[in-house]
Amino acid sequence: MSLMSLTAVELGKKIKTGEVSVREAAKASLAAIAAREEAVHSFVTVVPEEAVLARAVEVQRLIDEGALTGPLAGVPVAIKDNMCTRGLLTTCSSRILGNFVPPYTAEAVLNLEKAGAVIVGKANMDEFAMGSTTETSWFGVTRNPWNTEHVPGGSSGGSCAAVAAEECSYALGSDTGGSIRQPSSFCGVTGIKPTYGTVSRYGLIAYGSSLDQIGPIAKDVTDCAAILEAIASHDAKDSTSVKREDYDFTAALVDDVKGMKIGIPRDYFGKGLDGEVKDAILRAAAVLEEKGAVLEEFDLSLVEYAIPAYYVIASAEASSNLARFDGVKYAYRSEEFEGLHQMYKKTRSEGFGEEVKRRIMLGSFVLSSGYYDAYYLKALRTKALIKQAFDKAFARYDLILGPAAPTTAPRLGESLSDPIKMYLGDIYTISVNLAGLPGISVPCGTDSKGLPIGMQLIGDCFQEKKLFRAAYAYEQTRAYEHCPLAKKGVSEDE
Amino acid sequence: MSKQYETVIGLEVHVELATKTKIFCSCSTRFGGEPNTHTCPVCTGMPGSLPVLNKQVVEYAVAVGLATNCTITQNCKFDRKNYFYPDNPQNYQISQLYLPICRNGHVDIETAEGPKSIGIHEIHMEEDAGKLIHDEWDDCTLVDFNRSGVPLIEIVSEPDMRSAEEVIAYLDKLRLIIQYLGASDCKLQEGSMRADVNLSVREAGTEKFGTRTEMKNLNSFKAIARAIEGERERQIAILEDGGQVIQETRRWDDNKECSYAMRSKEDAQDYRYFPEPDLVPVVISDEWLAEIKSRQPELRDEKRLRYKEEYGIPEYDIDILTSEKKLADIFEETIALGCKPKEVSNWLMVETMRLLKEADMDASDLSFSPKNLAALIGLVEQGKINRTVAKEVFEVLFREDMDPVSYVEEKGLIMVQDEDALRSTIEEIVKNNPQSVEDYRSGKKKAMGFLVGQTMKAMKGKADPALVNKILAEILG
Amino acid sequence: MAKNVISDETIDYVGILAKLELSPEEKEQAKKDMANMLDYIDMLNELDTTGVEPMSHAFPLHNVFREDVVVNGNDRENMLANAPDRKDGCYKVPKTVE
Repeated sequence: MSLMSLTAVELGKKIKTGEVSVREAAKASLAAIAAREEAVHSFVTVVPEEAVLARAVEVQRLIDEGALTGPLAGVPVAIKDNMCTRGLLTTCSSRILGNFVPPYTAEAVLNLEKAGAVIVGKANMDEFAMGSTTETSWFGVTRNPWNTEHVPGGSSGGSCAAVAAEECSYALGSDTGGSIRQPSSFCGVTGIKPTYGTVSRYGLIAYGSSLDQIGPIAKDVTDCAAILEAIASHDAKDSTSVKREDYDFTAALVDDVKGMKIGIPRDYFGKGLDGEVKDAILRAAAVLEEKGAVLEEFDLSLVEYAIPAYYVIASAEASSNLARFDGVKYAYRSEEFEGLHQMYKKTRSEGFGEEVKRRIMLGSFVLSSGYYDAYYLKALRTKALIKQAFDKAFARYDLILGPAAPTTAPRLGESLSDPIKMYLGDIYTISVNLAGLPGISVPCGTDSKGLPIGMQLIGDCFQEKKLFRAAYAYEQTRAYEHCPLAKKGVSEDE
Repeated sequence: MSKQYETVIGLEVHVELATKTKIFCSCSTRFGGEPNTHTCPVCTGMPGSLPVLNKQVVEYAVAVGLATNCTITQNCKFDRKNYFYPDNPQNYQISQLYLPICRNGHVDIETAEGPKSIGIHEIHMEEDAGKLIHDEWDDCTLVDFNRSGVPLIEIVSEPDMRSAEEVIAYLDKLRLIIQYLGASDCKLQEGSMRADVNLSVREAGTEKFGTRTEMKNLNSFKAIARAIEGERERQIAILEDGGQVIQETRRWDDNKECSYAMRSKEDAQDYRYFPEPDLVPVVISDEWLAEIKSRQPELRDEKRLRYKEEYGIPEYDIDILTSEKKLADIFEETIALGCKPKEVSNWLMVETMRLLKEADMDASDLSFSPKNLAALIGLVEQGKINRTVAKEVFEVLFREDMDPVSYVEEKGLIMVQDEDALRSTIEEIVKNNPQSVEDYRSGKKKAMGFLVGQTMKAMKGKADPALVNKILAEILG
Repeated sequence: MAKNVISDETIDYVGILAKLELSPEEKEQAKKDMANMLDYIDMLNELDTTGVEPMSHAFPLHNVFREDVVVNGNDRENMLANAPDRKDGCYKVPKTVE
């Protein structure tokens, strides 16, 4: 059995007891990457073996000295390529950052390093996190390890595929409109988007600043709680970082949902939802009910308005956030140009992909003179209404339960031709970002094509513990399903 | 010119705040330094970096707002102003559009026309841009981000001014208020205070404002006055020709004494402002506001009244002493050390002003300490040195701020107080100058001056002139 | 058929704002995409948002400040390390003045 088939916490335990060395864990990860990258392509950058092993030696020493005692010490991890890593290429899967080597490390990654993480690579993603399929990456598509004819979802598709393909033990992703939960659902792994402000955004290359949040992606809920415990912090460098009262998320891993009130929004089960997905979600809900949770259907309302509001807000923020990529300070600059303005235009036109340009243009337009009120302010007002709708729901329920995505993973190349159809795929995840809420996607079976389905649980602000408790209780009723590719094993395994 | 025109002027004044660090990062704001040595991921617009607001910026902005009679926006926010330019590392500037920190203020000015109140529309906080260095040799531009992120307040006036004289009075008033608050050194030449002039003309007597232009790059009072005159004439000429003034931004070239449009087809002047998502609102509670209020120093107008009452010195002195905060500070601190106000005032008004002029310096550059000035005044009062020596010592003090007591001791400048020793020197001089003695006795009183001079020379200036006169009078009978 | 129509002028104007240069084909596609997106976004007009405060932050944090203390030193080499072109410790760009 490969070390990579273990959960992060299981592997961490073996490392702690000395049964497995950090070096063995690192080598197992690199071997899996070597064996599976050609099929999956989860990574933009794989850290050279020398560097990984040097880090492994360092972490082993700290563990042996007793300086590192956490559950993740020595466990190999993949970082989504929109988080800055000092001295390690960070591209956002974009040509425009194709040779960007940050001089500093993102706070969340620093926190992981303090917990003894061994970074094995930077995970592929949709360019600048704009997309739902990981097909917009300048460095090529990532494939779904369950079926490589299908997409892994996005934008954290590389992170989720790497975890599902067991190329690493866990990964960090980021979620602006569903970018952790939807690919987690498509890849059969667990991913949580924490409450906005829980994990520092310092060093996360911004897409939609008011919506972006970093979160863990792993095989199970226990891992996610342990990872979130490691990366969450109040960071003075991020003005939107929140000082929380609870960071002990693993304390919520209790198999008990008795009396927990769970709302099931009828609006999440209507037109557009795949029948097989619907059945799987309702079965999962029934499991929680059997365990003592109180289920109730209700109307959340405004669900369909979240998508247009999101695209106005996220595109507007992105148009401004991505203005800094101009060929002056870092990375790509067009080869040939005449004068400053042509340098800007050529650099950006050549450096950004189609979807990114589409959103930058939309964002520039909705903010432009004469349209700001009609589009941008209207979207911010809609956001306020959506938040109110959630507030109303959370006055009655501990959690909201629904699908993470309306379908299982589509085939490669199916989605990009019709942007709006692709955007509709985010319908169940997007409003959670608008309202700043935490949401988790937990595997709850596969469809007839053998593609994973994810159940989404949504909590009120700062109620991650309720999410973990319910997700953990549900998870106790089923075993983790390894994807076929991972089951094949790796010949080079030690 | 057949018609009479009235000039309508509003000002946008940018002031660099005197904080130690930049507005959104912990880099130094210190002037000088090699290019890009005061930079970090935040002020170079590195991907993933985030701004965190410097609290001192808010306090300075509120202090200026209070001193200019503004209403403080107790719940204010930052917005992004989007435009591409290489000195703007993020290609957006963090500024305030929708909820600026101060609004609806005014300052009172005084010109030959009499007193007038100039309205302040708003004051907002924002970040400065980097510096562009034009490299003629290499035909390129070099970007230095040391100034990028230095905190600014922009003070936007109402279009209440009608002449260059009013503009300059207004700017001088702002400068003094802000210097007194310690919020900035407000040096026009060095760019820590910059004024953009919005100007339009209209036929005298009409209500409606004409189309205005905005003029930038004005870095002295003289340039401002010339630019106002130049732009007024340019606009009148257009109107007289039956043309229309175009609303645009123009750059003043003070060497050529003309302005030219800064338009480019690549600039849309559409800044797409929206709330800065990386910063949270600034809420200024009543308590915080009261605290800032209680710390407000005495401003110039208050000082003038107090000087008159407390020190009884002439208006003219008061005007000069309060014209720079530094001067007023030295004045008050020296008095606090026990010196007579009139005496201190004299040193500042006469010697200090003379030396400043000679060295082509501003009063804000004064570097001598009140303690040493007080010591010098003490030496004169105690009769240890005479005024001539004191003036020489002051020149050194002005430059080097040394302790005058040890200085006069080391240099042997202390007056000879020993009357017997002085008497024997004088007797010697009287003996050696019989002609002068005779002249004096025959009624040429001027001869006395010569003898005093000879005595002082012999004493190397260290004699008390009063005592010399007294002894000479006795000897000469 | 899209209800919103994006003119050539509009798409050129957006190109100036966003500093993007589009080929004629890309321009046509962009006009179509934006019109479709705006049609979709116009759905928001079905909502009555009268009296609703625009919400930019999902929860009400305020007054997050730094103290005015210099922490950063000279890190020029790191800041310039990624520059596509540099000279004399500066970022080098095409001249900005004529």
